Amino acid sequence: MTEETSKSIVAKEDVPIAHRRYRKVLITTVLLTSVVAVLPLVIMTGVNFDQYRDAFNFEVTRPMLRFVSLGQQSMSTFLAERRLALGTIAHETTLEELEDPNALGDILGDIQTVFTDVIDLGLIDERGIQVSYAGPHELQGRNYSHFDWFNAVDIRGNSVSDVLTDSGGVPHFNIAVRFARDDDRQHTLRMAVNPDAFHWLGDFETFGYRDQGSECQGCHSLGVQTSSDAFIINRSGTLQTSSRHYGESLRRSALPPLAARPEATLVELEDSSGNELIVSYADVANSPFTVVLMNPRTALGSSSLLRDLLIFMAISILLILTVVIGGSTYVVNRAREADLKRAMYYHEMEYTNKMASLGRLSAGVAHEINNPIAIINQKAGLLRDLMTWSTERPSSEKILSLTNSILSSARRCGRITHSLLGFAKHMDVEQQTINLDHLVRDVLGFLGKEASHRQVDVAFEYSGDTPSVVSDKGQLQQVFLNIINNAFAAVKDGGRIEIGIEPVEEQSVAVSIADDGAGIPEDHLAHIFDPFFTTKEGSGTGLGLSITYGIVKKLGGRIDVSSEVGKGTRFTVTLPIGELNG
Amino acid sequence: MDDRRLRVLIVDDEEELVSAIGERLHLRGFSTSGVTSGSAALEYLNHNSCDVVLLDVKMPGLSGLDVLRRIKQEHPEVAVLMLTGHGSKRDAEKGMRLGAYDYLVKPVSIGVLVQLLRDAGSGQRADKKK
Repeated sequence: MTEETSKSIVAKEDVPIAHRRYRKVLITTVLLTSVVAVLPLVIMTGVNFDQYRDAFNFEVTRPMLRFVSLGQQSMSTFLAERRLALGTIAHETTLEELEDPNALGDILGDIQTVFTDVIDLGLIDERGIQVSYAGPHELQGRNYSHFDWFNAVDIRGNSVSDVLTDSGGVPHFNIAVRFARDDDRQHTLRMAVNPDAFHWLGDFETFGYRDQGSECQGCHSLGVQTSSDAFIINRSGTLQTSSRHYGESLRRSALPPLAARPEATLVELEDSSGNELIVSYADVANSPFTVVLMNPRTALGSSSLLRDLLIFMAISILLILTVVIGGSTYVVNRAREADLKRAMYYHEMEYTNKMASLGRLSAGVAHEINNPIAIINQKAGLLRDLMTWSTERPSSEKILSLTNSILSSARRCGRITHSLLGFAKHMDVEQQTINLDHLVRDVLGFLGKEASHRQVDVAFEYSGDTPSVVSDKGQLQQVFLNIINNAFAAVKDGGRIEIGIEPVEEQSVAVSIADDGAGIPEDHLAHIFDPFFTTKEGSGTGLGLSITYGIVKKLGGRIDVSSEVGKGTRFTVTLPIGELNG
Repeated sequence: MDDRRLRVLIVDDEEELVSAIGERLHLRGFSTSGVTSGSAALEYLNHNSCDVVLLDVKMPGLSGLDVLRRIKQEHPEVAVLMLTGHGSKRDAEKGMRLGAYDYLVKPVSIGVLVQLLRDAGSGQRADKKK
């Protein structure tokens, strides 16, 4: 063959219907799509939250620290000014003047023109007795020896007391300085200061601090009308000014003990009432005071933002998952239905072809089987004739010969029906060891009559030692019957068909069927395995080779075809030798 | 008594069928001969006279229709009864158009065969057609 066109068909996947496979596809699709859709959302939410928290720290914590720091400085200045005033009086004024309540009263008057918050002045001797007093109360002769602040003055030279309410129920605190005169006698000069002087603490804008949270109608505490709360506590946590959250001064705050911090510090803590708070505070040097600014965590929005983000994310993920699962299920189900339909059509097609093959077969079989039946009929009829028509009884030899002939014809019928039954088996793959020589010979048995009538020369060469294959006998019979039938259709009367079987490649056997018929044009060759492609107008279903192809694929083999117009066609079926399972 | 003189040539590739039908017809008073191929039949007719040919349609080599055509050309006086299987009815009908007297589908009843042979031999057309 000089100009040979050849085509190899690669395996098409068999139609899978396994439920588990679709489930796996569904799960994979859902997982992949979900990850692709949800992951960026989660990352973006995280990044958002992180950025927001940075901004929050910048916007919220810094001003708080600044406020406390400025408050601490103001307090220090406040106390230092008054301490300085006391020191100046102590040094610039004679002891006699100080010991004279009237003179002291004049000095108080001078001071009060500058420091309106100063309530009174008093001179205390070494024993702690107030020897001179100027002010609104009757405190001349009062003993201060048991007060902490007085003892502190003894050690440090000056001191500031906690806020007290000892005389007349008016809250105040004492600032005291110690001085000595020429006779080395130690005296203490004391002033009481009204803590209302710290009103500026509630006036946040003094320090450029913007309140957090919403406005609180009717709230009144140091003028603070918001969720922010600024106040002063002493070292033991007692309020030195009133607080929005914890009430009037001298009550205990619910804050846990705060570690001493000379610098403004920010802590997140929970008070004894269970409120989550962000607290900035700083100790005022040389005093028992600590400036505190606190905000409820919730008012600052950090946690509520986190919560909002989480809710947003949860709803988004829920939506995404609903759409993904719903969509994927729909698509996979549709694919499955389509596959099922395809499988159904395929089986139907296979069945149709089987029926067509059987139809072709039955014509041949009818002819094949008619002859032996006719013989039986005539031989038996002759036997009866001999018994009834002849005057002489037939000889034993004659009877024996006739009955043998009948039996032999009956066996012939039996063989034909047996072959037909073998062919008509159902379509599932049934594995068994098959000798291809025998199989091809059986198939040729169906066509022997046609070969002899049409004087087609069928050359079937086999070495006798070709390996057996493990495959499905019924289906292989159909395969070879289809191909050999086609070869018979292709050749003219007196044509030639060559069939050869030989081992090839690894663990495979090739059966080739070559005819010297008309050949297949190149443009047809590409379509011969397509369903419903036929050139036998009116008589062909166009399914034979398509089904043949499908069966060979199902059995793990392949079909190659080469053809040249006018010279002939060669089909080669390559089958794996295979092994019996179980 | 006319039957006795009726000469029948049986043509079928199944030798046993030829002999059995031959014997049965002989018992019924026919003069019978048998051959197992189309060419042998033509050869026989060239040398022997015959009234009716019982001719199988499907045979290797010369088919029944070929033989019928030749008989009708060379021995138009000889009546031909076609013998067919179920699958070859179309051929048998073609044979009718080519001048066959009638056709029979295998397996045939000897009674019907005898009747048809008599009709064919006496030159009467059978009225019944399948």
